[in-house]
Amino acid sequence: MYVIVAGGGMVGSNSTRSLLEMGHEVTLVEQRPDRFARLEEEFGPVAMRGDATEIIVLERAGIARPPDLVLAVTGDDEDNLVISQIAKEGYGVRKAIARVNNPRNQQHFDLLGITQTVCATTSILGLVEHEMPEHGLVRLLELQKEGLIVAEVQVEGGSPAAGKRAGGLGVPAGSRLISVFRHGRTELVEESTVIRPGDQVLAVVPTGSAPELRRALLGGSK
Amino acid sequence: MKGVVIGCGRVGSAVAQGLATEGWDVTVIDENEDALARLGLAWRGGFVIGHGMDTTVLESAGVREADAAVVATDGDNTNIVIGQVLTQRYEIATVVVRILDPARAKFYSDRGMQTVCPTQTAISGLLETVRRTTPEPAAS
Repeated sequence: MYVIVAGGGMVGSNSTRSLLEMGHEVTLVEQRPDRFARLEEEFGPVAMRGDATEIIVLERAGIARPPDLVLAVTGDDEDNLVISQIAKEGYGVRKAIARVNNPRNQQHFDLLGITQTVCATTSILGLVEHEMPEHGLVRLLELQKEGLIVAEVQVEGGSPAAGKRAGGLGVPAGSRLISVFRHGRTELVEESTVIRPGDQVLAVVPTGSAPELRRALLGGSK
Repeated sequence: MKGVVIGCGRVGSAVAQGLATEGWDVTVIDENEDALARLGLAWRGGFVIGHGMDTTVLESAGVREADAAVVATDGDNTNIVIGQVLTQRYEIATVVVRILDPARAKFYSDRGMQTVCPTQTAISGLLETVRRTTPEPAAS
């Protein structure tokens, strides 16, 4: 496939190298002269110098073909958003993946319809939560558009949910327990399923209600 | 009427003063505190220090109640994003965005954005002046 990569920093240059190794055709656009010189040395004519938020530069990079994928991975969120918008709305590019540098800007990408985003900070925080089992609730997957997360909760002996039926747990509105994993097997949760100590409970929950779900199953504030 | 001006450079500060003179309740946003000096000692409107991409900054400047907003920071892409946030998220009726790059200005104005492109204005003005003031070559 054909890919335009906008931004030749760590993310852009490493993505370009991998895509080329996979046999894809790539154009990598970088504005800064010092960085461009290094990229040209490694990638030759794959590297192109210019501001990828300028339409004429994108056209020279082949945006009108159009590419199968645009990676907007500069260090500037506004630039990544504009590149993605021009690609998708102006040239019918099917898939644009944008890097979000500042997680506070995620809401702007969501609002403006750039749904495929990658944010290093958010990913790292997700991993931190995953590595902190005492936290009790692990966010496995965040469905941004739907406003839901898929979470796993580890039930212990002292948890208020232990020994109770799933139907009577008072989980937050809009959430649902999907399954329990116990003794190496997964069982779907029904109203009558009794939650036991040691269960790993899989649940869907509205993004803002995760702490409430944790309290319903594990009690306390921690 | 309530107006918010984002970016207090030469353009933003003059627009803010103009609106205030006409009786608007104006709040200006700029990252740099020193930009307040551009509004002059007589400035009685609001001034919020912060970045226009930050929704808490926008909200403390009163975008929820604003009738109009002018986006004129020194970054085209910053203006483009803020302009869309003000229109789509805060539903401000009138949002005018300054974009220096004529191609990007056209791209977004074709999609319904109210844009002002000083570069295009300069190009048109210069061309027009040259055409108007150059004598017609004598017919041979």
